[in-house]
Amino acid sequence: MNAATDYLLHLADNALVLGQRNAEWCGHGPILEEDIALSNVSLDLIGQARLLYQLVASLKGGNTTEDRLAYFRDTHEFRNYTLLELPHHGPLSGYAHASLDYGTTIVRNFLYSALMALLWEALEKSANADLAAIAAKSLKEVRYHLRHSRDWLVRLGDGTDESHIRAQAALDHLFPYTQEFWAHSAVESAAVAAGIGVDLATLQADWDAIVDAALAEATLVRPQVGGYVPEGKNGIHSEHLGFLLAEMQSLARAHPNGSW
Amino acid sequence: MYTQSFNVPDAPGGKTVPLAPSTEDPALQAAFDARIDADGRIEPQDWMPEAYRRTLVRQISQHAHSEIVGMLPEGNWISRAPSLKRKAILIAKVQDEGGHGLYLYSAAETLGTSRDQMLEGLHSGRAKYSSIFNYPTLTWADVGVIGWLVDGAAIMNQIPLCRCSYGPYARAMVRVCKEESFHQRQGYEALLVMMQGTAEQKAMVQDAVNRWWWKCLAMFGPPDADSPNSAQGMRWGIKRISNDDLRQKFVDATVPQAKVLGVTLPDPDLKWNEERQHHDYGQIDWNEFWETVNGNGPCNKERLATRVKAYNDGEWVRDAALAHARKQQQRKMKEAA
Ligand SMILES: [Fe+2]
Ligand SMILES: [Fe+2]
Repeated sequence: MNAATDYLLHLADNALVLGQRNAEWCGHGPILEEDIALSNVSLDLIGQARLLYQLVASLKGGNTTEDRLAYFRDTHEFRNYTLLELPHHGPLSGYAHASLDYGTTIVRNFLYSALMALLWEALEKSANADLAAIAAKSLKEVRYHLRHSRDWLVRLGDGTDESHIRAQAALDHLFPYTQEFWAHSAVESAAVAAGIGVDLATLQADWDAIVDAALAEATLVRPQVGGYVPEGKNGIHSEHLGFLLAEMQSLARAHPNGSW
Repeated sequence: MYTQSFNVPDAPGGKTVPLAPSTEDPALQAAFDARIDADGRIEPQDWMPEAYRRTLVRQISQHAHSEIVGMLPEGNWISRAPSLKRKAILIAKVQDEGGHGLYLYSAAETLGTSRDQMLEGLHSGRAKYSSIFNYPTLTWADVGVIGWLVDGAAIMNQIPLCRCSYGPYARAMVRVCKEESFHQRQGYEALLVMMQGTAEQKAMVQDAVNRWWWKCLAMFGPPDADSPNSAQGMRWGIKRISNDDLRQKFVDATVPQAKVLGVTLPDPDLKWNEERQHHDYGQIDWNEFWETVNGNGPCNKERLATRVKAYNDGEWVRDAALAHARKQQQRKMKEAA
């Protein structure tokens, strides 16, 4: 285990996987302005992932590149939160399909952005100066993502009866996955010990406050959690990540010697 | 991106509709004509003949629809882009096209037609969009070729529109053209890199060029002899250069680019004509073009159904935003009372 690269890969995979998911809206948004807004969020996330992978590549040396890391690692090597790989709809088995649901998208972006607004701010003080610089840049971006998703969460929650029901259902589906944020991981502990990472336990109260205030405004009820705690950050994922990566990596792997 | 002559009638079936002569106030008409003759700009608050207004609404909304339908063929490759850099470039490009749609819907709205009305025209199949987007993107090379050739053809068509007589449209086109030329360079650059790659990559590029070349030539619209609307468009300063002249310009500009790239343009009749100082080129299959314009191309049904699905699936989201805004308004009024 390498405290720095493992931790950076966790952050990078989070950004890439959610960036990949948000880009699925490109051309299919509920309104043209939202199509553009979600593409923006996706671009920011992919930009963050690239900087983090590039940093990992420079630390690992050899022939590691951002694209080797993104396209030639398998499902169990990805370290993103399970929350971020789920499709934009309610709970379904890996090979089942449903239409994109904007409620799911907004709730997820909100829950994750609320965390990252706190985490990137704390990482500005990371002992790794390169990570601190990426954090500073990402913080500006995630503050916009948080505002965007929070505004929509309130609109959907406090909109029509139908939108309220849909937003609550998305929240009920996704909220238990946030338990993973607070679960222990050896990689995070090592990164904290090395002064590179941040102990998420120190952010939990602030995250609760952001979430509770938004849910109150949105007239939504915070679900009770318990039961299964996802372990995506340890490489144990849902059925969905395999499909996401199979699609994302297919062309790069079909032409392993290609130049793009 | 867009293009295609802007004189394809929206009504299905027919090829072109003659414009009715103006029966409006002769003094206003004379002032309008004088402004056009002096190469002046018409602004939303100015008087304009109804036929001019109708033609512009049709043209600008066709253009806007083309931008948003045009997001689909390239959007098809976002999830599979072969590098993170190319993925980011492609998302940004498709997003730009959405932005073009926004500017253009806004420009058309200054003529008194709402975005919802225009979208209704698109979704019902009444309004046209550029037929080029009714072809499938089968490989990653299609993304590069679309940037190079389709955005390239769009620029040829659109640069003259920056001088269009209708102010809001002309100004929108200035912004759009800057981004389109960026798209064109990105597409070409992506192909240059692939052409230095493996044999499979080179074959992929050539195959994409073979499939898109003739479609791109048709993008400039029917030959001048078959474009009766063009003359009126020229008179109004809405159209500045004829379809055939633009097509020739495009061919002449593209041949040397293809040579640098190392691909063959799939036309045995394509050759330099010393006398004309232009390239000669072969026969475009106009039958196939009109079949596609009239709804019978390979992807017409898929493109339209995808737009309709996105719109219908998004209805509850738009309703929620409206309902929430109304609630906020009522709360404010209560507070004020
Ligand atoms: Fe465009
Ligand atoms: Fe474009």
